[in-house]
Amino acid sequence: MATPSRPVPVLFRPLRGGPVVKHILLIGFGLVMLYPLLWMISSSLKPEELIFREPGLWPSQVTLKNYSEGWNALKHPFGYYLWNSAVVTAISVVANLVACSLAAYAFARLNFPLKKLWFAIMLGTIMLPHHVVIVPQYIMFSKLDLINTIWPLVMPKVLATDAFFVFLMVQFIRTLPRELDEAAEIDGAGYWRIFIRVVMPLCLPALATTAIFTFIWTWNDFLSQLLYLNNPDNFTVPVALRTFLDASSDSQWGPMFAMSIIALGPIFGFFLAGQKYLIRGVATTGLK
Amino acid sequence: MADSVAVKTRETAIQPPQGGRRTSLRARREARAAYLFLAPWFVGLLVITIGPIVASLYLSFTDYSLLKEAKWVGLDNYVKMFTQDERFLASLKVTTVYVVVSVPLQLAFALGLALVLDRGLRGLSFYRSIFYLPSLLGGSVAIAILWRKVFGADGLVNAVLSIFGIQGPGWVGDPDTALGTLILLHVWTFGAPMIIFLAGLRQIPASYYEAAAVDGAGTLRQFRSITLPLLTPIIFFNLVLEVIKSFQSFTQAFIVSNGKGGPADSTLFYTLYLYLKGFKSYDMGYAAAMAWVLLLIIAALTGVNFLASKYWVFYGDTK
Repeated sequence: MATPSRPVPVLFRPLRGGPVVKHILLIGFGLVMLYPLLWMISSSLKPEELIFREPGLWPSQVTLKNYSEGWNALKHPFGYYLWNSAVVTAISVVANLVACSLAAYAFARLNFPLKKLWFAIMLGTIMLPHHVVIVPQYIMFSKLDLINTIWPLVMPKVLATDAFFVFLMVQFIRTLPRELDEAAEIDGAGYWRIFIRVVMPLCLPALATTAIFTFIWTWNDFLSQLLYLNNPDNFTVPVALRTFLDASSDSQWGPMFAMSIIALGPIFGFFLAGQKYLIRGVATTGLK
Repeated sequence: MADSVAVKTRETAIQPPQGGRRTSLRARREARAAYLFLAPWFVGLLVITIGPIVASLYLSFTDYSLLKEAKWVGLDNYVKMFTQDERFLASLKVTTVYVVVSVPLQLAFALGLALVLDRGLRGLSFYRSIFYLPSLLGGSVAIAILWRKVFGADGLVNAVLSIFGIQGPGWVGDPDTALGTLILLHVWTFGAPMIIFLAGLRQIPASYYEAAAVDGAGTLRQFRSITLPLLTPIIFFNLVLEVIKSFQSFTQAFIVSNGKGGPADSTLFYTLYLYLKGFKSYDMGYAAAMAWVLLLIIAALTGVNFLASKYWVFYGDTK
């Protein structure tokens, strides 16, 4: 069940040979891993006919034609889909931050009847496969005539259904000293004030983790956007990218790669900006 | 001492009978505030989670499409699934192979790299980021498109192979290799479990290794007797998490097979077939039944994992 023990000495021995060997091996392995990504970036800059002639990374001829063609290849210019994705993502981030932190504060700091039961249910929903609820959810949103709107995409966030983040923030708030709340209470602050003025400012790392992960997950999310957005007029980036494949004559590779790079851009950006929080989020909670 | 007695008497003197009621008033106020803070979550639980769970259980016993009334058919959907629907069985098989092969491979890579990175290596955060990046991107449509093209008949992999004079197959177009490319994509995202392993390795006290070294234990022996047993809770955690996650994979198979699960149903993931049934054929009762079978499979696997963990997961005195 556990890791096969055989490969381990193989991995270990050369490493004891010295840090230089270790670094060379690690960088080599890293390059192999990132090769497909780098190749996509380089291909997006190559003229169409060179993409498959050259497996190498350095383009012998650089052109931005793929970007201009890809940008205008679909029904709307690609910026249109970027905007749609940005709107869905921004609302989701704000909604998750507000709704999840409200719930987390109650679970972490307040006493109320049935608290343990509700908390257990909240943890249970983390494990629940999304697919169990998609059919009825779809029926509900379609009866409410909300297909092809952003409501089915953002409503679950407004209602704090991403329980990971509630849990993450509960764990974080529990590490804050209670004396701070008590001091504020003696100064006459109510629960709301304590929440806004005392607890939230101290939760910044947890809020940042939530914001970054919500951003990346929503930006990447495909299944719900595929289900709820059927009209090219409200397509988001993932659904729009997919239509490249439908229209696929293989001559569209260059433009498709170019738009894929643009689609990955914001994730790269958030990754670079929020690495510290991302790594910590994964290490402590298993969020991915 | 006299002071405190005096204060106490004074307090009780002012309001002796109301002490209890006052705390209950406070408790009630606190409870009301708590339920207010929880209000969005409660509504979500009811409308987005529990309501739909109950509805999907009901629907799973019906024949239903959006257009017509739901018709009660009892266990028909479930029976049909396992006795008549070959595509369902194929999807179950494909998904099982995917999970059984890719999860252990992915965790092995994750653990291996975590071990290499663990011991006082310079540039740890640099390597950690490099190896973690694919985990963030792996689920996106853009990467799935890249995969489809890299493993296409005239894609990057074959271009590299042809340098060595090897004529590669059409990977994603060949039923024998298509699933393999998706497994590779999953293994590629080993960075996230690797970070969890690194955090776990950090918890192991260095003194254990020092003591073992004094006793003459070599690297391999130290790994087998210290690292591995103390890491079993983390391995277990990653295993449970990855099994649950990979059973629900969808995007990769959808994009690579252009929403069809081909060639020859070789990439027909469970969730992809559920999607096709529910939202392409509008056989929503059937899709709901499939979702419940998925829930049961995941619950059973998680349960088995927990039971089996008694025999191999070591909860020692580490925190």
